[in-house]
Amino acid sequence: MRHTPLFDTHVELGARMVPFGNWEMPVQFGGILNEARAVRTNAGLFDVSHMGRVEIGGPDAAGLLNRVLSVDVTKVRRGRARYNVVCDLDGGIIDDCIVFRRIDDSFLLIPNAANTSPVLDWLRRWSSASHVDIVDVTENTAMIAIQGPEAQAMLQAITDADLATLRPFAAVNASILGVKAFVARTGYTGEAGFELIVPSESSRVIWLASVERGAAPCGLGARDVLRLEAGLALHGADIDTSTNPYEAGLERFVDADRDEYVAGPALRHLRDQAVGRKLTGIKMIGRGIARQGHTITDGHHAIGKVTSGGPSPTLDTNIGLGYVPTDVSVPGTTVFVDIRGRQVEAETTTIPFYSRRLNS
Amino acid sequence: MNPADLKYSKEHEWVRIEPESIVTVGITHFAQDSLGDVVFVELPEVGSEVKQNEKMGEIESVKAVSDLFSPVSGKVIELNEALVDTPEMVNDGPFEQGWMLKVVLSDLTQLGALLSAANYESFLESDAV
Repeated sequence: MRHTPLFDTHVELGARMVPFGNWEMPVQFGGILNEARAVRTNAGLFDVSHMGRVEIGGPDAAGLLNRVLSVDVTKVRRGRARYNVVCDLDGGIIDDCIVFRRIDDSFLLIPNAANTSPVLDWLRRWSSASHVDIVDVTENTAMIAIQGPEAQAMLQAITDADLATLRPFAAVNASILGVKAFVARTGYTGEAGFELIVPSESSRVIWLASVERGAAPCGLGARDVLRLEAGLALHGADIDTSTNPYEAGLERFVDADRDEYVAGPALRHLRDQAVGRKLTGIKMIGRGIARQGHTITDGHHAIGKVTSGGPSPTLDTNIGLGYVPTDVSVPGTTVFVDIRGRQVEAETTTIPFYSRRLNS
Repeated sequence: MNPADLKYSKEHEWVRIEPESIVTVGITHFAQDSLGDVVFVELPEVGSEVKQNEKMGEIESVKAVSDLFSPVSGKVIELNEALVDTPEMVNDGPFEQGWMLKVVLSDLTQLGALLSAANYESFLESDAV
């Protein structure tokens, strides 16, 4: 089992540790629901050091990324980031990740923990070795997310970065408690917040300083509740190589019309076909909690599968995501979720379930 | 931690013996702590029969679904209806407001299969949990 640099700190703070892929990670500290509430009303702290950090540099860095990523990185300005998907030659989703442009020919890619190695393999397959350097720097650093309405004030107290002027999906090199750090306004909770990449040996003091200022340590349990409320897809659950960006509702993150893009032909073909099924929000009406793997029915016949599901503490209801036929995905359509043999009524709904602007 | 006047099962349910062959049933502190935040409790209907060590319902935490096993055999006569809207009472007071159901025992000898508080605690400390 791999441990992040914050492992001992989590154990000291009373975290319940669980295996997550190859990593041993905190699933909860003070209770999943309390942690989720802390992020929505105050601020929460997440150890996301298990996520990949891959530096891509050299004269062909942008060329390589444009062959592999779903976005045109030449349009990403220095200090900015873009959400994108990495698709295979059939248009299936190998991973979703964020790419940062640090300087002109230096990029930082953040794949999901379990997908770092498939993404590295895919990058290397399409790289011209002499003109691009691909370096996995995951082990050298820690990554911490601080999220919630009070995150900015808490972080501003310990950093020289001007957070008020840092726009969403922008990043700067700055100092946190005198330590060199990479500060990005990104996250996976649906709240305002930041993700910090810091030297491993400094992660503990930055974590504890944030806790001291009132940020609640949060585990993977709360992270999953929050991202589901925000309608953010989880790779390995809602999206994978058997799904494509059009049925997953990620078409706005795909620029398929680029000659150099290796997944372009497959994606253009998929785009030109009618989308048969769509990833849709599901809100439970009857009593019951939809879970990953449950069958979605029209009351009689199977029409899809739940890919993520659980309680939403913020909306005080039970929610899920799942693929259903396109006509059923129209919001407000009645469907049923087969919960261990019981047909429980639900309705399709738009994603996100929760949005900071709409719900606060 | 585990009240001395209750009986316990190895599936982490507790049983309070009341007059007239009636028992109250719930889950232990250990069970609620292992589950984490309880968000859904599905219990058998009033009037139905439950069987000792057989599944009687389900309990869901934020992350997982677990079966509830009945620690006794008999007929269900009352449910803690408050758990429908406030399942978190199981976390807040597993031995008090988080009780789940009342059962009229089919016979009293079955109580001999349950553990005392001291024996339940030894069981928790053993590797068998």
